[in-house]
Amino acid sequence: MELRRDVFQAIADPTRRAILTLVALQAMTPTAIAENFDSSRQTISKHIQILTECELLRQEQTGREIYYYINAKKMKEVADFIEPFRKMWDDRFNKLESIMKQRKSKNA
Amino acid sequence: MEQKTKIHAEDGRQELTVTRIFELPVDLLFQAYTDAAIVAEWMGTKVLKLENKAHGGYQFETTDPKGNIHRFNGVIHEIVPNEKITRTFQMEGTPFPVQLEFLEFESIDADNSKLTMHIVYKSGEWRDKMLQMPFAFGINMAHNRLQEIVDELR
Repeated sequence: MELRRDVFQAIADPTRRAILTLVALQAMTPTAIAENFDSSRQTISKHIQILTECELLRQEQTGREIYYYINAKKMKEVADFIEPFRKMWDDRFNKLESIMKQRKSKNA
Repeated sequence: MEQKTKIHAEDGRQELTVTRIFELPVDLLFQAYTDAAIVAEWMGTKVLKLENKAHGGYQFETTDPKGNIHRFNGVIHEIVPNEKITRTFQMEGTPFPVQLEFLEFESIDADNSKLTMHIVYKSGEWRDKMLQMPFAFGINMAHNRLQEIVDELR
């Protein structure tokens, strides 16, 4: 459970979520990631470090550059935990919405 | 794409929040919680009792595909039309402890409204067990979850 706690803290931060979104599209160097933010390079490095520590990102050395990749397996694990519960409510609420919309148009 | 239903569940806490924006006026959203026939329809359950008043009770009954009957009940503590319902919820015949639910209904404009469901569990462990229930029941999750979470992050 220790690791999972870290994962949820990691994704609770908007900057870190933005980093995950960027890296999900393509592997990036820390410099390229930092260029997308107004924060200092040091701040972004800290965020990258947290994401790496809880295994949401993994790094690979290519020549002299380090590239960050998204760890799909870990991301999936986070999604797995909450997603079916969210989906259950989403399905129910979609049904509620469509039922009430029908009633609304009937009464209109 | 922005997800309509959001779950906020911080790790280690004994609570969570479900939020949803509806393309419905707030009175229709509220009616969907107080009209027994409508509740039955969208919750997919039989409504045995639904007393929309302070100290009123409610009881729902569902039959699973194997024919087993499950009952759920609770007590309504506070009800303010188009604003809030505070109630308890318990699954009968299971070890799950009672949970406390704060439902807040907000009007956004004439055609849109927001529901916030704040649920408090007996402990963080029970909350996590409850969160995992739909997963354990094997709800069909054929879609690509990674894509979905990435969409959510956008």
